[in-house]
Amino acid sequence: MIRVYTSSVVDAPADAVWALVRDFNGLPKWHPSIAESRIEGNWPADRVGCIRNFRLRDGGVIREQLLSLSDYDLQCTYSILESPMGVENYVATLKLTPVTDGSRTFAEWSAEFEAPPARERRLADDIGQGVFQTGFDALKGYFGRR
Amino acid sequence: MQRVTRSAVIDAPLEQVWAVLRDFNSHDAWHPAVAKSHIENGEPADQVGCVRNFELRDGAKIREQLLALSDQDFISTYCILDATVPLRRYVATLSLKRVTDGNRTFWHWQSTFETPPGRERELADMVGRGVYEAGFEGLRRYLRQGSRAAVATRSTAGEMTGQAIVLKAFGGADQLAYENVAVAAPAPGEVRVRQRAIGVNFIDVYVRRGDLRMVTPPAPIGMEAAGTVVDVGANVHQFLPGDAVAYAYGVPGAYATLRTLPAEQVVAVPAGIEPETAAAVLFKGMTAEYLLHRVNQLRAGETVLVHAAAGGVGLLLCQWAKHIGATVIGTVGSDDKARIAREHGCDRPLVTRDYRFAEEVKALTGGRGVDVVFDGIGRAAAAENYEAVAITGHWVSYGQATGPVPALDPAKQAAKSLRMSRPVLFHYTSDARRLNEMAKRVFEMVERRILRAVPRHLMPLAAAATAHRALEARQTIGAVVLVA
Repeated sequence: MIRVYTSSVVDAPADAVWALVRDFNGLPKWHPSIAESRIEGNWPADRVGCIRNFRLRDGGVIREQLLSLSDYDLQCTYSILESPMGVENYVATLKLTPVTDGSRTFAEWSAEFEAPPARERRLADDIGQGVFQTGFDALKGYFGRR
Repeated sequence: MQRVTRSAVIDAPLEQVWAVLRDFNSHDAWHPAVAKSHIENGEPADQVGCVRNFELRDGAKIREQLLALSDQDFISTYCILDATVPLRRYVATLSLKRVTDGNRTFWHWQSTFETPPGRERELADMVGRGVYEAGFEGLRRYLRQGSRAAVATRSTAGEMTGQAIVLKAFGGADQLAYENVAVAAPAPGEVRVRQRAIGVNFIDVYVRRGDLRMVTPPAPIGMEAAGTVVDVGANVHQFLPGDAVAYAYGVPGAYATLRTLPAEQVVAVPAGIEPETAAAVLFKGMTAEYLLHRVNQLRAGETVLVHAAAGGVGLLLCQWAKHIGATVIGTVGSDDKARIAREHGCDRPLVTRDYRFAEEVKALTGGRGVDVVFDGIGRAAAAENYEAVAITGHWVSYGQATGPVPALDPAKQAAKSLRMSRPVLFHYTSDARRLNEMAKRVFEMVERRILRAVPRHLMPLAAAATAHRALEARQTIGAVVLVA
């Protein structure tokens, strides 16, 4: 089991950041790697169990299922059902915590998954930097200041 | 019941913040509201259950008990026992998380308590602002002053006060005590170093246990550290105050925030290498360097056996031997360690917890055995090592984690034309020119990314005993580094 952990600070209140990222169908609005997304079966995007089907800018298609969504703890958990990445048992959590000092947001994005040993390091980098940190950088940009 | 939560981001690495906060008695040094504090009954400040007895600047008196402390999760939980302020059933938890983006620290501080009716808001405000928010500011100021103080003392020659781990008597990890120590100004030929990161090596355990009589307790221990030069003695021309340096030096005393030592034993650290990396790689990297290039000159196509292949030296040996073009077989204690070893160039990690590997090694080498075995295990693996090494092979015993290797019968040695070496790094590094050559080669290998030397366990200096226990219990993967 590989664990990847990436964290950052976004210069906006946690409720504002949460309003953007809680939308399970909203990745194209802020994540630069995602071209388009839809929720399968026309489910609402905040119904636990719904599946988002999205296309990366490089053409890959990923299906992910929402496993938990908490407006109280500001966190959501999801798993990968299908992807071109070659990972097994992939479960990721995105969690926000208010930074009361300066009303900013501490954002944590972590994942656990399995992969062939030879590809573990590469995948961990791709996910930690390529997906999570790129997402955080985009959020920091979205909310204007660094 | 009331709940108060405050959080902040501190512009310093997590280990640096935790080194201050894990000390239950440090708050009179950094919290502006705390006038004086002591731990009752002379207990250590990281003893779960210990009681801190302190007075605020406004005269209030408080006794608090440490309920939980985790160096794993960076959490401290405590409660109020008695106080002259009416906070009842007060339990607070302070926790730190790493902000990987920018190597900063997220600090979360939360408590629950009860108050007399009508005073809820006043007391919640006192806790939230007067204690937590003021604490964030106080710690920021404390960390800034810490670095400023070290710089300011450059000009004032003379003794400085630092902190060090002192070995009280030969024995277990509990013999390691964290104390204030006086650090002399550098004499001619010496430098004084403000140490940021300290490498933990298995030799430190031998020294602590008294297996190697390198010190007479009470004495400081530790062989390796990295930091910046504070000041230099006469006749020292190669360093200036502020230079990034590191050392792996044969006289123990590296577990300290400040140290004065011979400039000849100190090497410059290239700009791109952080102190934590330098302290993780210098001693262990020079060990790999002299084992692979001096004690034994490894050639492409040879097969080597590396014990503790996921350990601090093991990971470097695997990467370096692979780079030379050898086939690397390793022994490790768990599947997790096997994975890490494989990622670092170990072709065939063998999982064993009972030091039995010779049969598998022979099977992997077509019955021939390996050309070289790099052995840091010692006694427990001696018979198996003899079996695993090929005819005309080389058994390099560079450490003895399980005790000394028994003397080898010359007849048995002759039966394989076996070469046996028992090298000591410090004999090779005592010559300053050779030392610099070795260190330079190690840092180059890191800069070229041939060696990936990630310190896998960073702990505060004060937690040195915990670091030793983890190392002895074989719980660590890669290098263990103490942060000062």
